[in-house]
Amino acid sequence: MYTLTRPILIFLCLGVAALVLFPLVGSEFYVGLLIRIMILSIFAISLDLLIGYTGLISFGHAAFFGIGGYTLAIFFQDADSINFWIALVLVLSCSALVALLVGWISIRASGVYFIMLTLAFAQMFYYFFFESPDFGGDDGIFLFSKPEILIGSTSLIDLEDEHNFYYFVLAWMVAVYLILSMILKAPFGHVIVAIKANESRVRALGYPVQRYKLVSFVIAGTLAGIAGFLEAAHTGYVTPAYLGWHESGIVMVIVILGGMGTLFGPILGAFVIVLLQDFLPNFTEHWQLLMGGIIIAVVLFLPKGIAGLLYRLSNRLFTSKEYADVSQNSGDTPATVDVREQSL
Amino acid sequence: MSEVILRTEGLCKHFGGLQATHEVSLSFERGVTHGILGPNGAGKTTLINLLSGELAPSSGKIFFKDYDITQATSDKVSRIGIGRSFQKTNIFADFTCFQNCWVGAQSRLSSSMRFIRPARHLREVHRRTDRALQLCGLAERRNIQASSMSYGEQRQLEIGMMLATEPELLLLDEPLAGMGSEESLKITELLKELAKEHTLILIEHDMDAVFAVADRLTVMVNGAELETGDVAQIRNSTAVQEAYLGSSEDAA
Ligand SMILES: Nc1ncnc2c1ncn2[C@@H]1O[C@H](COP(=O)(O)OP(=O)(O)OP(=O)(O)O)[C@@H](O)[C@H]1O
Ligand SMILES: [Mg+2]
Repeated sequence: MYTLTRPILIFLCLGVAALVLFPLVGSEFYVGLLIRIMILSIFAISLDLLIGYTGLISFGHAAFFGIGGYTLAIFFQDADSINFWIALVLVLSCSALVALLVGWISIRASGVYFIMLTLAFAQMFYYFFFESPDFGGDDGIFLFSKPEILIGSTSLIDLEDEHNFYYFVLAWMVAVYLILSMILKAPFGHVIVAIKANESRVRALGYPVQRYKLVSFVIAGTLAGIAGFLEAAHTGYVTPAYLGWHESGIVMVIVILGGMGTLFGPILGAFVIVLLQDFLPNFTEHWQLLMGGIIIAVVLFLPKGIAGLLYRLSNRLFTSKEYADVSQNSGDTPATVDVREQSL
Repeated sequence: MSEVILRTEGLCKHFGGLQATHEVSLSFERGVTHGILGPNGAGKTTLINLLSGELAPSSGKIFFKDYDITQATSDKVSRIGIGRSFQKTNIFADFTCFQNCWVGAQSRLSSSMRFIRPARHLREVHRRTDRALQLCGLAERRNIQASSMSYGEQRQLEIGMMLATEPELLLLDEPLAGMGSEESLKITELLKELAKEHTLILIEHDMDAVFAVADRLTVMVNGAELETGDVAQIRNSTAVQEAYLGSSEDAA
């Protein structure tokens, strides 16, 4: 239930501009790290659709990340080249199909049982790949080339070049963000946000609630599949760890830390978590403890995560004029995206 | 005699050993406002929950214009034109009034599985939302967050959300409960207005309102129908006096 206020919109645009410029000045190491962060961001935004908007607490979201990666690896492990378009279609359909299956069963349960079911499914996939020699077992599968994006017979962009890959992932991140913003403003988005707020009332108002939950689950799973596909293409390998519960846990921490129900919050969360993982070990070998402490502090003192902090700051800095603007607008514009969080 | 719009046949509901609804066979006629009275725990809300698909009956049948809706879930019941309001306020607390009614109004699209065009461009949904806000008396409060409104206003919103779905038959579970006397009068007027074009099934403890609005009355006791008749008949019924009206006057 957040609107992008003008200051935050400006902040996000500046952030994207900074990401566009970064490879011109940054080291190769950080270009690589940012690629990882942006892929993780896509993964986290997709989970935010479930946790922050639909009210489905999935603790097995890594399953789809892994399915995306494995789809690429399994179909192209012996191939000399990877046709991006074919790979994309395969990844989209496999992750959507698996999400449909997992979601169809899981949404029958709610609350803590839903959490358990999603976790159990992810663990099943984990052990399936772990114990399948055909699919690399615990070593995983290596890929020897990057996808080629061909239009006709000319290559659109050479992904073997790390900078190109960086811009490719950046474009995906922005696109996924925009697609989800669009979906949330559309009638579908209004329904799922209402489901999160009060499911039985939404049903009583005439909506087949389960169907909306399932579609939301499939969209989120498919987008997570794209993230896994990008990760596999970037690193050149997949292992069962892609679908482990550790991965599901990390992405959930990212969403909560960044601020659920905001879409951009999880992106900030991914940056903060990965950069902390990168910086903290320089100061102390007990950095994991410190990391835990930071997460606890954020949850306690910033209940709406980093995004919530930004809202509070921007409200304080840009005073009451913004409020006036918003209240004028919201007269004609309904639901979800248009309410300023009142408690902030 | 006018057309029967909703009918139950031997409707029963038990919760474990408790018979909350017992062999209820009622007919509701189109255009007639049908009040349901009964002491606390008589099973009025349970009956509404059965009619609206919130609960599945243990046995018996429900027909809406000849369709068997006994097994229909609440979303289906809503879509065929039966709206309900809840006794225990059941709104989207973090949404504004406008957004609360919007969810109701948008439900009348053939499907909300639409992903591309922003919802705010839907003129028809806008119109329905505005109309519902107007009717329930919250037009001025459209941008106020529901949880920050008074209890009485939340009750008004409860009705507004139902009206936004433009139902043909309205199931109203104590719409006046918890309202101040001024709000009560306003909503009673609204009910009278709605009664002109809709079929109402009205549960209400406020006798003045019931007698002012209802054409027919059913008195329930212990999950069963005690007596059904027009307003004068029920007022003068000795059985009803003993079972219900008498005791409530004693209490007051
Ligand atoms: N979900 C439930 N599970 C178990 N018992 C229930 C349930 N719902 C209602 N009951 C019981 O069924 C009986 C009828 O309850 P109901 O709410 O229908 O009464 P009511 O006539 O609406 O009363 P009131 O005037 O207080 O609203 C009560 O004894 C109640 O405790
Ligand atoms: Mg009741």
